[in-house]
Amino acid sequence: MENTMLIRTEDLVKTYPMGGDKITALDHVNLTFTKGEFAGLIGPSGSGKTTLLNIIGSLDVPTQGSAEVLGKKIESLTHKQAAELRNRFIGFIFQTFNLLPVYTAFENVEFPLLLLGLTAAQRKKAVMDALQWVGLADRAKSRPSQLSGGQSQRVAIARAVVKNPALVLADEPTANLDAENSHHILHTMARLNNEMGTTFIFATHDEKVIRHLRRKIVLVDGKVTKDETLPGGEKKGRLP
Amino acid sequence: MIIPRLALRNLLGARIRTWLNVAVLSLSFVAIIIFQGFYRGLDEQGSKFKIESEYGGGQYWQQDYDAFDPLTLPDAHAKVPEALERLIQDGRAAAILVVQGTLYPNGRVMPVLIKGIDPGQKILTLPSFFLTLNGANVPALIGSRMAKSSGLRIGDTITLRWRETGGSFNALDLEITQVMNTTNPGIDNGQVWLPLEKLRSMTRMEGEANLVVLAKGVNEFPRIPGWTYKGLDTLLKDLKSMVQAKTVGGNILYTFLLLLAMLAIFDTQVLSIFKRRKEIGTLMALGMTRGAVIRLFTLEGALHGVLAALAGAAYGMPLAVFLMKKGWAMPQGTDSYGFALGNNLFPAYSAGLVIGTTVLVLTVTTIVSYLPTRKISKLKPTDALRGRIS
Repeated sequence: MENTMLIRTEDLVKTYPMGGDKITALDHVNLTFTKGEFAGLIGPSGSGKTTLLNIIGSLDVPTQGSAEVLGKKIESLTHKQAAELRNRFIGFIFQTFNLLPVYTAFENVEFPLLLLGLTAAQRKKAVMDALQWVGLADRAKSRPSQLSGGQSQRVAIARAVVKNPALVLADEPTANLDAENSHHILHTMARLNNEMGTTFIFATHDEKVIRHLRRKIVLVDGKVTKDETLPGGEKKGRLP
Repeated sequence: MIIPRLALRNLLGARIRTWLNVAVLSLSFVAIIIFQGFYRGLDEQGSKFKIESEYGGGQYWQQDYDAFDPLTLPDAHAKVPEALERLIQDGRAAAILVVQGTLYPNGRVMPVLIKGIDPGQKILTLPSFFLTLNGANVPALIGSRMAKSSGLRIGDTITLRWRETGGSFNALDLEITQVMNTTNPGIDNGQVWLPLEKLRSMTRMEGEANLVVLAKGVNEFPRIPGWTYKGLDTLLKDLKSMVQAKTVGGNILYTFLLLLAMLAIFDTQVLSIFKRRKEIGTLMALGMTRGAVIRLFTLEGALHGVLAALAGAAYGMPLAVFLMKKGWAMPQGTDSYGFALGNNLFPAYSAGLVIGTTVLVLTVTTIVSYLPTRKISKLKPTDALRGRIS
């Protein structure tokens, strides 16, 4: 299972119209990710990290080339099929946490399970397990406005992993956090990667994150300039 | 079932914003039903009083009789036909003779309509039994409005002059035996009621009448030469037209109220979609389809209508029951518009009115809630997550 191919991009190109011109966000990107990786897309702002993450997450489609995620060609999915892929197999973690403001921590984590149609008992168990994992079982009834940044991001991690997704995509997950909270978040994600085998792909330029990655893919102006796996063949995240 | 649950959760989570909209919408809701109830009450109450005191179950008019043209009166009388006479004898109809005359109250000249009616009739609620002859004077019955305008009171004697069929004028003294307090100005203003047979003999119109009022429940209306049947639809036409005119005014008012409420909801929806772009993006990222997000936002807006209906029922029902019991005091002079209403107007509510209003408000709320959400159908998840509107 360790080497099962999860994602493959072939000559992936993404351009955006800008005025009368086109901006190339991704320029012929060829990458493969396997199950259980703890990998990061690294690069400065505007290098195409988030664009690639969005395409892998079926939130966007390539202009040219192909992106195959869990055996599905992203460019040929309908809106409904893309939504189903995200719902069943992909978890997202955002820089700004993106918790639903009127829901409690419990309800936020429960949300993906509601979409999956799980029973109330199944949902409750899975949500409490996930909150336990991130150390926030005692804050289940708190609303996002009552949580700190670090706690909010841990709730977001719980929401991303509660359905046991094959893949978690994290876009600058520590950008809005201080060093201590970043450390805690990374530790949580590395544990999930190590113990549950969840695949994590980050888009980041945060050194704190980069230090813990087992695979580093450097993007510059939409091109992959470096793809480095740490020695030892072990792709799992290192616990900070 | 997930979308209704989420919509309700979002709606209640928005707290003050939701309750402000619900308050405005429920006010419109209650106002529409209360106002419509009053217009229905106006119609029903006005019709009821008119039917009971003036129109009965329909009328036969002598073919030249025109209730709105006194100049036709000298020629608008005839012998009561046999078919109608039989109904009168059976107590299922009452003949009325109408003649022009003049009263002289306190030295003034006052043109009046003299109306003759059988003192024993039971067709109309008019208290005609006060017209029973029991002395030398001719008994006369007037209404309170007539009493006020003429200055006459019970027991007063007043000279009446009238024109006989031959054209000569005659006069006699009347004694006011009762001042009736009627809600129907149509049997009061400028009118004096006398015993039918006395009026016939005074005018030498034995056996004649201008109109015959049928009892309620009489449902045979044969064609009678020289006489025209006037059903309640015809007789109440003016009242219905007046109510209709009032209803149009009311409709404008509550359309305005509803528009205000809809504007608030539309505004909330537009603002909501604008403010919650990131949330929309997150919902999509979590696996909700655009269609589901549109349904969620539409339902959130539409649920304002449901909450408004519940809130409206909470305070509107006791208010409606109170008004049905106590009525609404009518300002003095309302009857001068021709409405036979009495001192209080009692609203009338029906299941149709409540259900119809509820369906109308919910439908309009849903449409207004849906319109801004169409923007979501063009929204890219990536733009939404960045807080942009495509």
